Amino acid sequence: MSKPRLVLIGNGMAGVRTVEELLKIKPDHYDITIFGAEPHPNYNRILLSPVLAGEMTISEIVLNELEWYKEKGIKLHTGKQIKTIDRAKRKVIAEDGTEEEYDRLLIATGSTPFMLPIPGNDLPGVIGYRDIKDTDEMIEAAKLHKHAVVIGGGLLGLEAANGLKLRGMDVTVVHLGPWLLERQLDEVAAKMLQKSLEDKGLKFLLQKQTEMLVQGESGRVAAVRFKDGMTIPADLVVMAAGIRPNYALAESSGIYCNRGIVVNDTMQTYDPKVYAVGECVTHRGIAYGLVAPLFEQAKVAANHLAGYGIGRYTGSVTSTKLKVTGIDLFSAGDYMGGEGTEEIVLNDPYGGVYKKLVIKDNKLVGGVMYGDTADGPWYFQLLKDGRDIHDIRDQLIFGQSLVGDVGHAGNSKAASMPDSAEVCGCNGITKGVIVQAIKAKGLFTLDEVKKHTKAASSCGSCAGLVEQILASTIGGAYTPAASDKKPVCGCTEQSHKAVREAILNQHLITKEAVFKALEWKTPNGCDKCRPAVNYYLISTWPHEAKDDPQSRFINERSHANIQKDGTYSVVPRMWGGLTTPNELRAIADAAEKYNVPTVKSPAASVSTCSVSRRKTCPASGLTSTRPAWSQAMPTASRFAP
Amino acid sequence: MSNWKLICKLEDIPQLGSRVVHWPERGKVAVFRSSDDEVFAMHDKCPHKGGPLSQGIVHGKRVTCPLHGWNIGLDDGKAVAPDVGGCKTFEVKVENGEVFMAA
Ligand SMILES: Cc1cc2nc3c(=O)[nH]c(=O)nc-3n(C[C@H](O)[C@H](O)[C@H](O)COP(=O)(O)OP(=O)(O)OC[C@H]3O[C@@H](n4cnc5c(N)ncnc54)[C@H](O)[C@@H]3O)c2cc1C
Ligand code: FES
Repeated sequence: MSKPRLVLIGNGMAGVRTVEELLKIKPDHYDITIFGAEPHPNYNRILLSPVLAGEMTISEIVLNELEWYKEKGIKLHTGKQIKTIDRAKRKVIAEDGTEEEYDRLLIATGSTPFMLPIPGNDLPGVIGYRDIKDTDEMIEAAKLHKHAVVIGGGLLGLEAANGLKLRGMDVTVVHLGPWLLERQLDEVAAKMLQKSLEDKGLKFLLQKQTEMLVQGESGRVAAVRFKDGMTIPADLVVMAAGIRPNYALAESSGIYCNRGIVVNDTMQTYDPKVYAVGECVTHRGIAYGLVAPLFEQAKVAANHLAGYGIGRYTGSVTSTKLKVTGIDLFSAGDYMGGEGTEEIVLNDPYGGVYKKLVIKDNKLVGGVMYGDTADGPWYFQLLKDGRDIHDIRDQLIFGQSLVGDVGHAGNSKAASMPDSAEVCGCNGITKGVIVQAIKAKGLFTLDEVKKHTKAASSCGSCAGLVEQILASTIGGAYTPAASDKKPVCGCTEQSHKAVREAILNQHLITKEAVFKALEWKTPNGCDKCRPAVNYYLISTWPHEAKDDPQSRFINERSHANIQKDGTYSVVPRMWGGLTTPNELRAIADAAEKYNVPTVKSPAASVSTCSVSRRKTCPASGLTSTRPAWSQAMPTASRFAP
Repeated sequence: MSNWKLICKLEDIPQLGSRVVHWPERGKVAVFRSSDDEVFAMHDKCPHKGGPLSQGIVHGKRVTCPLHGWNIGLDDGKAVAPDVGGCKTFEVKVENGEVFMAA
């Protein structure tokens, strides 16, 4: 019996993700054929920005290598655009005449950059920013030309501008709105963002309407002229003023469209044999332009294509991050607020931190964060869960660590996240899924987690968090029994258990001896194995082995918890919150001695201090500091009663 | 030619450890010493969220940031994949047990 045939139009992020989801739940159900207009296998479009910025290469952003298609038995036609869908004969026809029949059709044609309808928009040197070809063209232009103008101060425009600037062009961003990213940010955050982008050398023209693009003698674009008469030079114009869903193909075959291919909650179009996902779709009147919701759609579509009929897509709340290295920006939900909402705002222009949370009926409905976005995913989770926040409201703005009162460094954060919390916003992967995969499949590295769960494989901004989950799940020195046979880290084949036994049986007392005896692959280990080995050494041979401060995490070295800004917090011990006047005085003296700016005393007593001992080099007049741990840091034990 | 400034003695920096130089125009510069006594210098600011790299664990030619564990190459200042980003590095040399940085 032959299998039913599934044809996918659009070899992009949403379509291929649907196929992947399908293969995961029902591997051999269909004979699958994929058509893609681009001459490439499926790649991570999001990462075109770091490619433009010179931080990654095209080969690094490929998601599915050609081998993958082969392995899965998928017939792939790259560089072939479908021109016609013949729904009566159930077949699709490509530009070059290639035909393919289907039993189920999946349309995932994405979208195209919106080119402003102004004179000159088709001149050489005027492009959108959508695919590898556009990216290559920008990289080429940056080599030959000087002036770039980016029209549109949204996420895409700013990422393009940043990349072109890094490639040496003189870049001006033209924006019609009153402030940048007005669909993601309120005015305050936008101004802070603009300031730091200006510090990077970008120029901005706000509330400017472009009238026309002027042709130069060479035939290429040479200038941009505005409605108010101003003209600026431009050898490259990037239009980033929005995207238009690609639905013309579907519409011409008679499938109902309304500013996008209209689908129901099962991602089915008005033709029951035809499904659609991605940016080409409108669902309940909304067309999404970010991968996270598209991947949710993919999951639902796959389930229905597999014939299980479980799951409905009911729409998504989205969150965004700007992928410009060195700038932290996060926004989610209804960040502007308005009627019936309340706002909690933390504004520290000097420290470059701004946070705004919008609350409605005791629930978080939106937020903007600039400068310190570490708690973004946590707020986003509260928002999606619709959790009643009135009990934590007074501390909400300070983030999860304060609310939960769970330690300070990042580690405890991963450990304290609930299993349902979303870690990877791009791919909608929760902590529970990651922990489960780590345990069940015995994953040990970030790469393995990426491969198995897809977490951290799109924009990568959650890689740190995934690593923390790995660390808190499999432990550094504290390995659960289950992973007894797993190597400590990439530096060795030995397990934690084997290392401990070798230290004991062979009477090893230095890390060098351990590395030698167990044939370590790296000269001095790494941040995973060194602390573990050091710990095993001093715990096995407490009188002989010498503690190595260079193998300890800073929190242990200094008996203080490192904070996000590089200062430390120290918690003097006060049993049950009780202390004597003398001890309190000792704390005050110590705080004064080390110029501690503030001493907080909530339920747990935390004081923040930054310690630096300076020593001036007589020859150069430069000051240098020994790392804090080698100085007399006030430590918890010094204060212990 | 470069103008070299004396910073400290090599022995002032622990092996696999660091020292921070406060250079007025550059801010804080972390100077690292590897196990084979090579010395490297870069901004004491992790490309991820500005963590103090000088407080990280040094191994081979890398340092692991204490905040979220990014690995930064000591010789090129680049974040090790899959992370992306970089840190400005500065030229340093060791002569007769003394560490110099290019001005
Ligand atoms: C530079 C850049 C940065 C981005 N950054 C982010 C980000 O940080 N976060 C985020 O969430 N989103 C980001 N996005 C948006 C994200 O990439 C898109 O939402 C996502 O790729 C859409 O997936 P899709 O499958 O719907 O469309 P696409 O990925 O565009 O795939 C559609 C594919 O179909 C092909 N196609 C179209 N018509 C036909 C036809 N008739 N026949 C054959 N093939 C056809 C197209 O060539 C294309 O390859 C970014 C986009 C860009 C361009
Ligand atoms: S600040 Fe260095 S890893 Fe986050």
